[in-house]
Amino acid sequence: MNEQDKNIGGGNTEHVVEVRDLTKRFGTFTAVNSISFEVYKGEVFGLLGANGAGKTTLIRMLSGLLRPTEGVARVAGYDVVHHPERVKFSIGYMSQKFSLYEDLTVAENIRFFGGIYGMKKKDLAKAGEAMIHKLGMEEVEDRLIATLPLGWKQRIAFSIAILHRPGLVFLDEPTSGVDPVTRRQFWEMILETAREGFTIIVTTHYMDEAEYCDRIAIMSRGDIAGLDSPENLQSQFSVSSMEDLFWKITREHKTTDAIPGL
Amino acid sequence: MIRIVDVTKSFGENKALSGVSLDIFDGELFVLIGPDGAGKSTLFRILVTLLLPDKGHVLIKGLDVVKDFWKIRTIMGYMPGTFSLYPDLTVEENLAFYARIFGTSLQKNYPLIRDVYEQIEPFKKRAAGKLSGGMKQKLALSCALIHRPEVLVLDEPTTGVDAASRKEFWQMLKNIQQEGITVIVSTAYMDEASRGDRACFLHKGKLLKAGTPEEIRESYPYPLYACRSKDNFALLKVLRNEPSTASAMLYGKTIHYSPARKNFSVGTFLSDLEKTGKYGSIEYRKTTPSVEDSFAFLSKQ
Amino acid sequence: MKRFLAFTIKEFRHILRDTRTLLILFGIPVAEIIIFGYVVTNEIRHVPVVILDKSRDVTTQKITDRILASPWFLEETTIQSEQEIHDLFKKGNVRLAVIFGQDFEKNLMRGGKVPIQVIADGSDPNAARLMVGYLSAIAIQAQKDLNKEKETTGRLLIKSRMEFNPELKGAFMFVPGTIAMILMLISAMMTSISIAREKETGTMEAMLVSPLHPLQIILGKVVPYVAIAFVDAVIIMALGGVIFGVPLKGSLLLLMGEVILFIFLSLSLGIMLSTMSSTQMEAMFLSLFVLLLPTVLLSGFIYPIEDMPVALQWFSALMPARWFIVILKSIMLKGAGFLFVWKETLILAGMTLLFLLVSIKKFTIRLE
Repeated sequence: MNEQDKNIGGGNTEHVVEVRDLTKRFGTFTAVNSISFEVYKGEVFGLLGANGAGKTTLIRMLSGLLRPTEGVARVAGYDVVHHPERVKFSIGYMSQKFSLYEDLTVAENIRFFGGIYGMKKKDLAKAGEAMIHKLGMEEVEDRLIATLPLGWKQRIAFSIAILHRPGLVFLDEPTSGVDPVTRRQFWEMILETAREGFTIIVTTHYMDEAEYCDRIAIMSRGDIAGLDSPENLQSQFSVSSMEDLFWKITREHKTTDAIPGL
Repeated sequence: MIRIVDVTKSFGENKALSGVSLDIFDGELFVLIGPDGAGKSTLFRILVTLLLPDKGHVLIKGLDVVKDFWKIRTIMGYMPGTFSLYPDLTVEENLAFYARIFGTSLQKNYPLIRDVYEQIEPFKKRAAGKLSGGMKQKLALSCALIHRPEVLVLDEPTTGVDAASRKEFWQMLKNIQQEGITVIVSTAYMDEASRGDRACFLHKGKLLKAGTPEEIRESYPYPLYACRSKDNFALLKVLRNEPSTASAMLYGKTIHYSPARKNFSVGTFLSDLEKTGKYGSIEYRKTTPSVEDSFAFLSKQ
Repeated sequence: MKRFLAFTIKEFRHILRDTRTLLILFGIPVAEIIIFGYVVTNEIRHVPVVILDKSRDVTTQKITDRILASPWFLEETTIQSEQEIHDLFKKGNVRLAVIFGQDFEKNLMRGGKVPIQVIADGSDPNAARLMVGYLSAIAIQAQKDLNKEKETTGRLLIKSRMEFNPELKGAFMFVPGTIAMILMLISAMMTSISIAREKETGTMEAMLVSPLHPLQIILGKVVPYVAIAFVDAVIIMALGGVIFGVPLKGSLLLLMGEVILFIFLSLSLGIMLSTMSSTQMEAMFLSLFVLLLPTVLLSGFIYPIEDMPVALQWFSALMPARWFIVILKSIMLKGAGFLFVWKETLILAGMTLLFLLVSIKKFTIRLE
């Protein structure tokens, strides 16, 4: 099985994300508590955890949006404290809640997001065309995003997030609220993209989606309480489903539900 | 009983519901599953008398949602998708307010909400806007329950909530059901279909299937196999192009594969593929369809 | 009633808890009145004057000396004819002109009333009022001295006239105008925003499915703002009286009654607007552009209605504030009783009724 996991992950040992003793405190509250891990190139890395476990804080630190209190994090070779701007250029981001401008057309969204990531006009035009072609959306290029079905928006948003070929892509609950067929198709797209060499960190509340990931980290109260492939974690915690695994890990740690705003 | 008969509702050009018919029994925990934009909220708003159906009718315990809306409003508890709390009022004040507009008091129905409310009571002096998502959800549930409704309608109460807290929330709903209250919940999480007594699947304004989780699983018309190989992508492509294939989709580390014909020999077919050497060894086993497999099949029809 | 009370208590909590808005609710009226007040009341010092003395006798010379000896007035230039005065005013070189007629002293000695003509620049009405006031004081003092010296029986009479704004519209106008504006702002804008906020947060949905009647929701929303608006109106009038000497000549009771009527009118307008907007942003822009701007521009608060094009004059009749300002002015400045303002009151009452009916009709029991 490990053989196969490596295959999907590209078998690469190059680190795209390196985190050492990373800590973030807000006042007396420790949101992320001295965690360390790596993410390999070409890997689909699942980040799970209860609400308020520290996922969002971690992602914000890795995107250069939030300064760590202690510790080191390197993303795509850049230190998040010393080169947050370079980090921002080397990541792509997509979430279900915000990703595209609904009142702009598909083409306008491509131009806008390509533009803010500093893509050259020629490259952008080429990449945009290739993207539209790959999605088979030539017909809808000039339609407003608002008029497209949710599944399409999602595929467009994802394609735009990787348009500038970032070293790392964050997908923040990318599939919430979509129908089952679209959801599976989207995961197909994610895995295919990872095969092309993109590294992907994804958060989700769907436990079955964790099984698509090469490795998952389950956060609880600011710690990483478990980190391995889904199969290995299940046997490590002697449970038979992802749901049981998640329950065991998060509830044994006791939730931090009492802390607001996270 | 709640009887929904041939309900149709449009907003301008957009048909939100078309010909939805459904019976929900008294005391049932009923789950309405559907992706965003399927029409779940519209159907709920018709149930709680906030919207009028263009066509069809709805009876709640014999009361018509159009004519008898004042009576219905006193027997319904409703938790909209937005949680409907006043962020600047404290936990306590929110609850007291909802109690008073329904002409009741916290003391009177405390036993009913105790289970839920006890978990947030330590924070009763905190403004509702400063609560975490899970606590807001519990407060909103307490507010919707405070007048001991006969029917409780919850619009996507678990959206954005982690799997463990969702599990706990469903346990709370089961306890409420024990009190004899009919509970109707909508969700976009397929895995929650099996948490209720019965579920239905709403897709693009149409009701595709209603039944117990078993009935829904059994409605999957083909045999289902979970396959995996060294290169699932290549295998997926080849399975899809095969004319004998009814469906092939990624499912975690496996492919959920269904041949269209019942007497199709999957073993022979896959070992033939294995012999080409492109996919390494192909493991496969027969598996029971999940609710999601059934709904995925139905939504493709 | 209990439910309605619950709603009102909740509304008060919203307002009291939002300190920033609270500050605006009570701070703005104070700031507004002081700003408006001082903008129109420039300090009277070294006002450039011209004096046209057609008589050139000892008395006129004496009065002239007194005028120019005061710290308020400074002679700009000397002139020979009335024609020049007009030009100087136009150029803005002088803001006050004093004209002594021919045979001034002779007429005074003969007894009877002898006019001193004063022309003031009325474009800043408050300043003009002050200038004329100071000038009269000087003239009266001069007369007393003259009477002692020469035992004349004649009396000086100040005949003042305004250049540019002959009827001195605007003087004291800012207090009634500000009251109208603030009441409109607080009542209409705040209610429409607070209703729209409930739509935005989704709480309106929960209110609608509750057994609360729409009327209970509306009234519950409105009551706190009636109180706040009323307090504001009192603050403005008090400030107007204390700082700027705006009088209250008529009945206080009548005035308060009219103020409450106007508050209800503004509230019903606010509710009507809220039925047309689904977000706070929309509600705010609607209130600003549909209510506040027209009120400020067309109610006669800043621009005299008589100077407007006829079409706008007609349009201004639709502005509730226009009638309210007339009422306030009549009661406060002229001391008029109800008999003089019943027509305007009736108009306001009619408008209130209309807006209330529209909003109750539009405030649906459902989401559509």
